[in-house]
Amino acid sequence: MSFQTDNKLIKWFDDRLPLVTVMHHTFVQHPYPRNLNFAYQFGSILGVMLTLQIVTGIVLAMHYTAHTSMAFDSVEHIMRDVNYGWLLRYMHANGASMFFIAVYLHMFRGLYYGSYKAPREMIWMIGVVILLVMMATGFMGYVLPWGQMSFWGATVITNLFSALPIVGDPIVTWLWGGFAVDNPTLNRFFSLHYLLPFVIFGLVFLHLVALHQKGSTNPLGIEIKGPADYISFHPYFTVKDFFGFAVFGTVFAVFVFWFPNYLGHADNYIPADPLVTPAHIVPEWYFLPFYAILRAVPDKLMGVLAMFAAIGVLFILPWLDRSRVRSAAFRPQYKWFFWIFALDCVVLGYVGSQPAEGLMLVISRIATIYYFAHFLILMPVLGWFERPKPLPTSIAEAVLAGKTSTSEGEKA
Amino acid sequence: MVYRSIKVLAAALVGLGLTTGAALAAGEVKPPRTVDWHHSGPFGTYDRAQVQRGFQVYKEVCASCHGLKYIAYRNLMEIGFSEDQAKAIAGEYTVEDGPDASGDMFERPARLSDKIPSPFPNANAAKASNGGAYPIDLSLAAKARVGGEDYLYSLLSGYTDDTHGHECSTGTYYNPYFPGSCLAMPPPLLDDLIEYVDGTPATTEQMSKDVSAFLTWTAEPKMEERKQMGFKVIVFLIIMAGLLYAAKRRIWARLH
Ligand code: HEC
Ligand code: HEM
Repeated sequence: MSFQTDNKLIKWFDDRLPLVTVMHHTFVQHPYPRNLNFAYQFGSILGVMLTLQIVTGIVLAMHYTAHTSMAFDSVEHIMRDVNYGWLLRYMHANGASMFFIAVYLHMFRGLYYGSYKAPREMIWMIGVVILLVMMATGFMGYVLPWGQMSFWGATVITNLFSALPIVGDPIVTWLWGGFAVDNPTLNRFFSLHYLLPFVIFGLVFLHLVALHQKGSTNPLGIEIKGPADYISFHPYFTVKDFFGFAVFGTVFAVFVFWFPNYLGHADNYIPADPLVTPAHIVPEWYFLPFYAILRAVPDKLMGVLAMFAAIGVLFILPWLDRSRVRSAAFRPQYKWFFWIFALDCVVLGYVGSQPAEGLMLVISRIATIYYFAHFLILMPVLGWFERPKPLPTSIAEAVLAGKTSTSEGEKA
Repeated sequence: MVYRSIKVLAAALVGLGLTTGAALAAGEVKPPRTVDWHHSGPFGTYDRAQVQRGFQVYKEVCASCHGLKYIAYRNLMEIGFSEDQAKAIAGEYTVEDGPDASGDMFERPARLSDKIPSPFPNANAAKASNGGAYPIDLSLAAKARVGGEDYLYSLLSGYTDDTHGHECSTGTYYNPYFPGSCLAMPPPLLDDLIEYVDGTPATTEQMSKDVSAFLTWTAEPKMEERKQMGFKVIVFLIIMAGLLYAAKRRIWARLH
């Protein structure tokens, strides 16, 4: 069971603290399905992005000042006077966006291949918690530079809680640490923005423990049956993942070095001014679908609840999906609905960026209803109606057959 | 260039649904005119001569209302001024310092390490002299407005008497590029308002471009360094991706 070696020092160490054994188990002994495709790439990318955010963030924090009268200037100080400060800040700001791109793709992978289905419900649910904490972290991070969007975004989002009956207003005052978004708010957001990434780190650990308990899914959605079905992580997935890092890193670099402000808002280069409201208050792009749902509902409280429900529904997805078959590759109807759902999310994102009026409001309402219908109606009902395609008997059989004729599972 | 077409596309999207030129209806904002800047594109660098001219426009025109608080006089050496020139420029300004040994504030000529100050002692004084409107600090202007330097250029060269039926209240001036159409800044530039040191004819068009290029530099002084490093990083990553892909193919070929 434990790692075998002749090296006395490693033996002594590993006997007392079995880190080498754990690594050996993870990367060499643990079986990984041999047919994992590039959609399975984003987990390791997320790990890299989290590390990168923590490293750049800690260095930024050494030069940043969390005070309303100095925060904006300190960010400009980082941009202009700190060695490679511009690089750190642009990596951190665009890194947050890349982090969300990766997490959304990672989740769509899960939706397509049914990764949330039994026996992997815990992995999925911990993932949803990670998403929530990431959102809180990203939101509070965006407040730190204390530009116009920082201030007004914080005001709008924290104000949402005032929709709650009775407790609403006291909660908002408590969140703010006063009667408006002000210095106490900025200070606590900085403190929490520093803390939460480490909470995410802990959650990722749990996510991986749960993953290793049940193993990865794969594009065929059938379980590993014998040694021909699996391979070790190293060297197969090490090399594959590193290739993925290089590709993802290239996209990241294009943003950091050529379009560093493309994903941000011009208004955030105007220092926060509580007396001047920007024409359009728009959150960062990664919140837009949820922002659209919030504004699609005419009632404020219901809107807030709908927005939280949009994430909450993901928690119960493992029980909403009634299909016997896991992978969309063998679910002819679900496959279509998956893509329609993905499109629906993009539409929600777009209308979220537009003023909520006229045609945009109508579209946002239709798209919101569809979002919930997908989970609450389609997922349960499809399981009943759909005639899944026959599943291959084993991963190895399908992969080897795919080498001569391209079967559906191999392509997917 | 891809870069340029993205910009044109973005401008087109912004302009979508807007009528341009003569048919501009009330309340509509004209999309900025795009300029083929020397500093745009993946390898673009600041045109030193242009940026220096832009500084001259700033110093002789804009500085009477706008500050540049993130730029120190020493930074001017980054756009090609010699140390002596930068010192001489600093010497033309006075800044408040102190308190001295007896506790009094005093004025002294600026040094290289000083930042370019606002001409007004505080925001209220600035507003009081400008009909209640605040002349922003220009350091970040090019990043703080949608349309960036194209917008600055269009705004500065875009004042017109043809107000398309707009009534601007006294003390505000019509400009089709300004969101809100009337702004409190009087047209700051006129043909031959200044005389360029390098002899370039000082048309409104030329000065608007030059000062916008200068303000792009003040907003993004590390742009050249950024693009240069980016090029190295991208080349490295693409080569790595190629090698890793080949390695992946070889390693996976062991499986059958
Ligand atoms: C007479 C004083 C004065 C001079 C000279 C002046 N400005 Fe202004 N500027 C203002 C005022 C006042 C405003 C605020 C206008 C408003 O908000 O209505 C302003 C606003 C601006 C804005 C912001 C416009 C926006 O989108 O909100 C820019 C950019 C600008 N000026 C650039 C310049 C440049 C460049 C020059 C030099 C060529 C210059 N200004 C010269 C007074 C001046
Ligand atoms: C989950 C990981 C993280 C995410 C998603 C994230 C996200 C963000 C975002 C979106 C911003 C605003 C960027 C801008 O527009 O300037 C920001 C700023 C900041 N973050 Fe983070 N962050 C993370 C981790 C960290 C960590 C671990 C630290 C510190 C130890 C940190 C420190 C800072 C600081 C000091 C700023 C303000 C400086 C600036 O605005 O550039 N971050 N973060």
